Amino acid sequence: MGRIPRSYLINRLITLLLTIWIAATLIWIIPRLSPVDPADIMLGRMAAGAGSVANADEMLAQLRASFGLDQPLIVQYFKYLGNILTFDFGLSTASFPTEVSSLIMRALPWTLGLMILSLIITFVIGNLLGALMVWEHSPKLAKVAIPAAMVFTSIPPILSGLLLMWIFAAKLQWFPLTGAYGLTVEPGWTWDFVQSVIWHGTLPAVSIVIVTFGFWALGMRGLMITVQGEDYVTLAKAKGLKNRYILYRYMIRNAILPQITAFALKIGLLIAGQVLVERIFAYNGMGKLLYDAILDQDFPVIQGISYVIILMTALSVFLVDLIYPFIDPRIKHEGS
Amino acid sequence: MAEYSTDDNTAEATHKMTRAERRQARRMRRFDNPWNNPKLFWGAGLLLGIIALGILGRLFWDLELVFTGSGMLKLPPIGFENLRGQEGTLANPLGTDGAGRDILALIIIGAPNSLFVGLLASLIGMSAGIMLGFTAGFVGGRTDDVIRVLSDVMITIPPLLILVVFQASFGDVSLTMMALLIAGFVWQSPTRLIRAQVLSMRESGYVQMARLSGASTFHIMFKEMLPNLVPYLFGSFIANVTTSIVTAVGLEVLGLGPQRIPTLGRTIYEAINAGALIQNLWWWWGIPTILLAVMFIGLLLINLGLDEVSNPRLRKLS
Repeated sequence: MGRIPRSYLINRLITLLLTIWIAATLIWIIPRLSPVDPADIMLGRMAAGAGSVANADEMLAQLRASFGLDQPLIVQYFKYLGNILTFDFGLSTASFPTEVSSLIMRALPWTLGLMILSLIITFVIGNLLGALMVWEHSPKLAKVAIPAAMVFTSIPPILSGLLLMWIFAAKLQWFPLTGAYGLTVEPGWTWDFVQSVIWHGTLPAVSIVIVTFGFWALGMRGLMITVQGEDYVTLAKAKGLKNRYILYRYMIRNAILPQITAFALKIGLLIAGQVLVERIFAYNGMGKLLYDAILDQDFPVIQGISYVIILMTALSVFLVDLIYPFIDPRIKHEGS
Repeated sequence: MAEYSTDDNTAEATHKMTRAERRQARRMRRFDNPWNNPKLFWGAGLLLGIIALGILGRLFWDLELVFTGSGMLKLPPIGFENLRGQEGTLANPLGTDGAGRDILALIIIGAPNSLFVGLLASLIGMSAGIMLGFTAGFVGGRTDDVIRVLSDVMITIPPLLILVVFQASFGDVSLTMMALLIAGFVWQSPTRLIRAQVLSMRESGYVQMARLSGASTFHIMFKEMLPNLVPYLFGSFIANVTTSIVTAVGLEVLGLGPQRIPTLGRTIYEAINAGALIQNLWWWWGIPTILLAVMFIGLLLINLGLDEVSNPRLRKLS
């Protein structure tokens, strides 16, 4: 496995599998501890829709069987573990009989798109601003304005989203209030559609960017302070290299690497924050799906979304841990 | 001889100091104290402001107004006019929501509640983290492996999603219950922090010294090592308070969380669902949003201040 020691790899792999297993088990156990019966809820929905349900008891037994609730718990558990490995979360109870996995697959590209886009923007802006806070040649304005902007760092994106939504969508009407694309455009690879997607995605993305760039900037500031005093920076100055060149090639390049591991610790919170932003913007992603599922008490969908998001988080952490030694040769992995 | 002359000099200097100079010297001493940090003061001030709002509000404001239908619907704050042309009244200085609840009474009850959930969850998480971290660092071996792997695993799982599953299954929860649930996800970072520090400090001179002089493990842990960790622990505590409040507000905005107690997040949830953004009822969602923002900014300032306390390089920078 290249330069990664086998023991390190095995260690990370065990952590990854344990994370997935513990999360999956929690998601399975918690609903079973509660007195609420999903079959009851479905029957209640039918009764509400049709006025009354004939043969309610038989129906209930039938529904339980279709969810596998009539089998012993231990059998249910292992069946569940087998199913989620193949992303089979069963059928949605609210939009019965759609498969949960197909609902998630429809929402996933929107969530991933918004996440990757806003993540790249924040990473670049945040690290650059963080470096400028420390750099001795940065304009005076930067040293005053950036720390002031940093105050927004701690605000969860849902709050910034509400404010932006009110100002730019409700008041000024520059951007649409909700949705991921216009109701009048046909989804597809047409210019109209792409334009509509960008127009709809701007506010959700900006509301994430303005409150998360500070996290990177703060980390970068700390790292830059360390790098600033290193001998190779002094040498570069003594050689008479251009200040800007030193900043990008000597300082930021060395300081940015540990930032990548910071990402691994932060990603869970980032995804959770984005889920909430999608909910308030009614953006067609996992957040909206989750919110609708909570309203409908659609347990298979809630479980499926939670599992997929935790899986995404755990995989990203695992990948960062694996890739990191290749990016930063200074890191040596010990067995533990 | 040398000592004598030094003493003499200082005595003379003190004697000759004018009042202004003494004040200057005192100010320098004060600036030298790392805990005397403007960011810390501002942050603590903002949080105390929210606590004061809760206490003074309970003393001077009628909290019965928090019940549905206790006022006119969708009244604006004083000095504003809503779409129906009604003006704000003294009876509801911050306006009312779509069910006639007084916004001022809502925030008097809701804002300290959010802070309470954050503090309680973080406090429990911190206590568990200190115990587990010291245990892992001192006992080592199998115990250490289990604790380390468990904290690695749990730090990856976003609390919001597990709690969504929990609350969707169980329905209504109390504030304390919510804090306890969140606490299950904020013990990892103090555990890792303490474990790493214990491992590196265990071999340091003063700990060795204490051990040689026959101090008990308990004494070494809590009297020798813990005081050195205070700035880090405090920083981790504040960060966890933020995470806990963010998680609690997230649950509330999804329509989960306590259903019978007014919370800031639930107020925002109701406002969004009632279309308050389009109807320009900005006070309904805006006032809770601003209060939460103030809370988060206060916590951030405290954390930035603490960073400067524990990292002198940052102090020189600003």
